Amino acid sequence: MSASVLFDVPGPRGRRRQRIGSALGALVVLALVALAAWRLGANGQLDPSRWAILFDARTNVPQRLLEALLNTLEVAAVGMVAATVLGAFLAIGRLSEHAWVRVPVAAVIEFFRAVPLLVLILFCFLFLPRLGISISAFGALALGLTLYNMAVLAEIIRAGILSVDRGQSEAAYAVGMRKWQVMSFILVPQAVRRMLPVLIAQLVVLLKDSSLGFIVGYLELLRTARSLVETLNFQFGPIYTFQLYVAAAVIYIVVNLLLSWLARVVERRTRRDTKAAGTKDQELPADVQMGGGGGAA
Amino acid sequence: MEFLSDNWGLIQSAFLTTLSLAVASGVCALLLGTLLAGMRVSPIPALRGLATVYVEIFRNTPLTVVFFFLAFGIVYVDLQFPSRFVTAVAALSLYTAAFVAEALRSGINAVPAGQAEAARALGLDFRQSLTTVVLPQAFRTVVPPLGSVWIALAKNTSIAAGFAVTDLTALLQRLANANADQLLLVFGAVVLGYLVITLPSAWGISVLERRLAIVR
Repeated sequence: MSASVLFDVPGPRGRRRQRIGSALGALVVLALVALAAWRLGANGQLDPSRWAILFDARTNVPQRLLEALLNTLEVAAVGMVAATVLGAFLAIGRLSEHAWVRVPVAAVIEFFRAVPLLVLILFCFLFLPRLGISISAFGALALGLTLYNMAVLAEIIRAGILSVDRGQSEAAYAVGMRKWQVMSFILVPQAVRRMLPVLIAQLVVLLKDSSLGFIVGYLELLRTARSLVETLNFQFGPIYTFQLYVAAAVIYIVVNLLLSWLARVVERRTRRDTKAAGTKDQELPADVQMGGGGGAA
Repeated sequence: MEFLSDNWGLIQSAFLTTLSLAVASGVCALLLGTLLAGMRVSPIPALRGLATVYVEIFRNTPLTVVFFFLAFGIVYVDLQFPSRFVTAVAALSLYTAAFVAEALRSGINAVPAGQAEAARALGLDFRQSLTTVVLPQAFRTVVPPLGSVWIALAKNTSIAAGFAVTDLTALLQRLANANADQLLLVFGAVVLGYLVITLPSAWGISVLERRLAIVR
């Protein structure tokens, strides 16, 4: 049902009311923005010289922020690749005909989906060193992200494999392929193709979750902004705090919006592609999109 | 086991903090999310645009960033939350509301067009047809996705630990530093605390789903 079923096409009076409503709504929003801007201005936060620091290469701030962005992308990339590979294996394991493979794999998937991501990361960070495995903040973050996301991706890939038409695997068996051949040459390539938009959407979620590195002290965007604020406060007093926080947040939002947009483009292209036709339900479930260890218990 | 009973008071209060965080933000997010979903299907373009922008921004912002801003950023517009707990509830509600709104919108879209057409034919205006005809049916169809959002919210409360709320995850950090040898036990207790919230919820949701499902 589209929105227009909910109300009549407005007549002249209705259109006037809508325009008034729109204007009032816009006014309220503008008033709130203006109020915030006024308070910021009154505190001197909108002073151009304070914002200039974000672009002034001599202060080392742009370099640090760029480095932080690269750190963020790096941990997300490592997590994504490792999680996809492990997730594919887990998905195949869960579809196995042998109960001794299927049951433990299912237990692993359910366990990692049920534990909050931050608890997982903290566990890697605090517990592994006790076993004599030294682990950096980067390692703990990447490992936590990998463990959680491999479980989520395993479920996504499994759904993808199951959605491939049964005739495909039957035909493959009929021409004499073995089980592993059917899986690796016929089912997985088609499943990955269909699941590409969802995989990219999961990358957005993973990138969002990499901000949890803030809590374990990994120098991603937020932690870098915080440490920059501390050094700059020491030198100049607390005048650049707000600007740096805004910069970190804006970078996160822009990168994520770009990735979401990429996911939509890929989805549109796959939908046109006849080889991937018949795909439905390309959206990630809402709870997975929430990140931070979402996913059914 | 002795270790657990020694720290029982701490564990109990941490668990209650997590639970109340989740419940308080869940209620706020449900209210705000319903309002946003209503705005997204409303006849007034400005409201539609506002709700769309809200949902897009919050869905693409890490929850940690939302927390970070409410904890350290809003003092610059001369606002201040009364306590850390309220800050956490605000961050979780603002973030989760975007996902609630999306879930509800798909529910509204799943209500057959004939229902809204009949409501209009009876002379109900937009507000009446939304609140008395469409939304009650939409809520019944979105019980499973809303339930998953609730479970994800319960787990997302763990991020509050990074912002000085003494919930279960903060307990993990605190006890882990003090009792290195018992770390596995601490971890087990914390995970169990989350499972105590999520597993009964999952069960309750499936019961609700069966009770409320509309056969079409």
